[in-house]
Amino acid sequence: MTAATRRPDWEAVGLRREEYERVCGLLGREPNPTELRMFGVMWSEHCAYKHSRPYLRRLPTAGPGVLRGPGENAGVVEVAPGLAAALKVESHNHPSAVDPFHGAATGVGGILRDVLSMGARPVALLDSLRFGPPDDPQSRRLRDGVVAGISHYGNSVGVPVVGGEVLYEDCYRANPLVNVACVGLLPSSRVFTSAAAGPGNPVVYAGARTGRDGIGGASFASEELDEGSAEADRGAVQIGDPFAGKLLIEATLEALDTGAVVALQDMGAAGLTCAAAEMSARGGVGMVLHLDRVPRRERGMTPTEVLLSESQERMLLVVQRGREEEVLKAYRRWGLRAEVVGEVVAEPVLRVYDAGQLVVELPPSALTQAPTYRVPEQEPEARRALRDADLSGLPQPDLTEALLRVLRSPSVVGKRPIYTQYDHMVQLRTVVGPGADAAVLRLVEAPPRGIAVSVDGNGRIAYLDPWAGGAGAVCEATLNVACVGARPVAVTDGLNLGNPERPEVAWELAGVVDGIADACRVLGVPVVGGNVSLYNESERGAVYPTPVVVCLGVLEDVGCAVPTGFQKAGDLVVVVGSGQVSLGGSEYLRVAHGRVAGCPVRADLELHRRLVDVLVRAAQQGLLRSAHDLSEGGLAVALAEACVAGGVGARCQLSPELFGRRTDVALFGEGPSRVVVSVAPERYEAFAELCARSRVPIRLAGRVGGTDLRVQLAEAEVVVPVEDLRSAWEAYR
Amino acid sequence: MRDPRFAVVVFPGSNCDRDCLHVLRDVLGYAAQFVWHETEDLSGFDAVLLPGGFSYGDYLRPGAVAATSPVVRAVRRFASLGGLVLGVCNGFQVLTEAGLLPGALLRNRTPTFRCEWVHLRVERTDTPFTGLYAPGEVVRMPIAHGDGRYHAPREVLEELERQRQVVFRYVDAQGRTTLDANPNGSVHHIAGVVNAAGNVLGLMPHPERCSEEVLGGQDGRRLFESMHRWLRERAAVAAGRSG
Repeated sequence: MTAATRRPDWEAVGLRREEYERVCGLLGREPNPTELRMFGVMWSEHCAYKHSRPYLRRLPTAGPGVLRGPGENAGVVEVAPGLAAALKVESHNHPSAVDPFHGAATGVGGILRDVLSMGARPVALLDSLRFGPPDDPQSRRLRDGVVAGISHYGNSVGVPVVGGEVLYEDCYRANPLVNVACVGLLPSSRVFTSAAAGPGNPVVYAGARTGRDGIGGASFASEELDEGSAEADRGAVQIGDPFAGKLLIEATLEALDTGAVVALQDMGAAGLTCAAAEMSARGGVGMVLHLDRVPRRERGMTPTEVLLSESQERMLLVVQRGREEEVLKAYRRWGLRAEVVGEVVAEPVLRVYDAGQLVVELPPSALTQAPTYRVPEQEPEARRALRDADLSGLPQPDLTEALLRVLRSPSVVGKRPIYTQYDHMVQLRTVVGPGADAAVLRLVEAPPRGIAVSVDGNGRIAYLDPWAGGAGAVCEATLNVACVGARPVAVTDGLNLGNPERPEVAWELAGVVDGIADACRVLGVPVVGGNVSLYNESERGAVYPTPVVVCLGVLEDVGCAVPTGFQKAGDLVVVVGSGQVSLGGSEYLRVAHGRVAGCPVRADLELHRRLVDVLVRAAQQGLLRSAHDLSEGGLAVALAEACVAGGVGARCQLSPELFGRRTDVALFGEGPSRVVVSVAPERYEAFAELCARSRVPIRLAGRVGGTDLRVQLAEAEVVVPVEDLRSAWEAYR
Repeated sequence: MRDPRFAVVVFPGSNCDRDCLHVLRDVLGYAAQFVWHETEDLSGFDAVLLPGGFSYGDYLRPGAVAATSPVVRAVRRFASLGGLVLGVCNGFQVLTEAGLLPGALLRNRTPTFRCEWVHLRVERTDTPFTGLYAPGEVVRMPIAHGDGRYHAPREVLEELERQRQVVFRYVDAQGRTTLDANPNGSVHHIAGVVNAAGNVLGLMPHPERCSEEVLGGQDGRRLFESMHRWLRERAAVAAGRSG
């Protein structure tokens, strides 16, 4: 091979020529091969957010209860006096495409340790999943593998999976999305940091031993998937051990209780390299590490392999000098390895020795100072045409048949066969579990208070209008939390897009982030952290830009949590909030007409803020018998779900003056900021007055009762027995 | 009279240990504490709980490694001396693996993990664990397991039924042992069994998950209350005899 055809070293580790030159500039010399590999992973999109960082600055991150915002391993927000919640979402898309079971399982493990790194005990998991249609055996295999992986890890580790969403779309066939969120609880006075401090303090490695698995995983996550991925990249997928993960949680919490721990971080993407570099850089100090002291699973590992291994269930800690034995003892009591592998030094340098030989010497901040890129944003012409499509001439199908079809659609259908595979009750906090608008967990530390969590996002809407998709995800997540009666206090976002070097994806990224930022600013809900997964592309093209937003809310009294389903015959059915709906990007348009087109409704954020407030206050005052947000499938599906959940029918009459003249738009049109509630007749006046004072529109739609759902609109009438709704909604496949 | 003392065993991988302690100590106000899997000393305790979870990772077979642990050696002696032993979920698996209860728990028929509420029929109320239930009462409890299909050879089953050792059976809301009401394919719809002496109970459902109304039901609470009452009565009889 001649020099002219050989792949340059920097390219082999995933760097560009100008990035390599920047590395040389930062070091004042060329990096050695080990150092070059470290730069390769640390400057990957996955670790460095090279294309997303400029946009993420737009997100509002401050708020009254925020104890830690973005930049740490998880956001932390106060949820009761003296009690805080840590919150984080992370994607494991690429590994799950290659090995759905282990990819998803390690995604769960990683997010648990992010939350643990703040000093919190993980108390809840949620998952937001996207796959190709389930009639495709390959998509079903991916889905079932991912669900089994989440179930395997979550159940064993004893953290309940309390909620989530599963949506299906062609664009996710070869590139599924697996976003997992975790909530942890900790005393507000004891929030830990990852910033190393105290020259002379020992650096402790704890947890599982280091093997050759997952080497280069972060770089792999920063490339597009191709046909060969399944075989060639399997070595880049880590294997999780939930038993070791469980021990690591218990041992770490015990170690933190000693009071001897100064800082800690999970060894996740880019393993020891990333943990040592980030901890040092955040603390403005350096670290000396001795690789021969790192517990290993395999013989003959090179320094590069030890530094880059992404073996799971490992933590790096900085401990007060002289107290290391207390920390080591906690880990060893739980049967885990724990060794002093180095020490903090004042000089900002990362100096790594292997058997006495210096193998790496560089400033830690160089590893965390990857360049950022701005790609010119360009909306594709075809997208604009899709959005401008005229939907007014669509033929109207039989509405009853359409309702059953939408209910049976894989994205809408009940997900019980999935969530019964997850232990959603362990830890005895789950007051409202999966299947509701939001999960509700009691806080035994601060009774009768509770927290509510929901995760939401709609890629189809974001595909047609990125801003509407970003803002819509925030609106839906906050509304779900408000529907159970909780006040939203923080969100964390997971962004999943294609190759950011393409102007079209840059345009999507900008729009989605702006939508999230605008919504959070108006709602006064801070973004306390997030995750960005790019290069979600295959030969079939990019996935829809898919923002998922996790919202955390606080409920004053878990006893006042509002159920989803209708409760009592005679109660009034009221549609609350925005009257703006569109078939653009709707589930109905997809299912009944096979199209993804049209212009989605952009949220009226001021109205949304008032709606959230009204729902929380109405719940506190006991005015609501049930509440359910309108999302995929619009009003018709929300009514059907409220009937199925409550086991009772409803009779509704939608006046064309209030709901519009086109029946399918009224029934299946979608738009943010809409809720269907049921109210006892004697409370209606108080509820209507509350809404009027807050300028939140309400539309009286009918009454709960009977065994059928009857909806009359102009000359059209839909009548379906609740039993038929139930069997359609339970047609999981 | 001394209040009965409960021990909750902590194996590496137990994950319902904290839940059990919460119910015993914080909800019911009983004297309860954790005991570590390496202890061989259960003196001073009147009842021992083996909680749910994945002890030692459940790598070989659920409960198999735990069955050889120091604390289970102690539990065996404890049981032979008449102490009350309750194994829930993984704890039940440990007790069968240890030979303290007959039968075995195999992979669910479905064969996925299942977490949901089920109905149980209380088959016996003359045990230390069920005194506060009504005979034949149908109760609701959650299950959460992947390996809960009770199995035993025919002669063992016959013996179990003859000795009335089946304490809980999976049923529908009306108390009927239908196929649909059996969540894991357990033979004879068995959800929980007691040993011949009556002082060791294992069950797959989680009574600690239904001991507070806010969590959706309280039918499990009476199981712990039954144990507490039975221990107090036994202590009173013993005190009367020695006094």
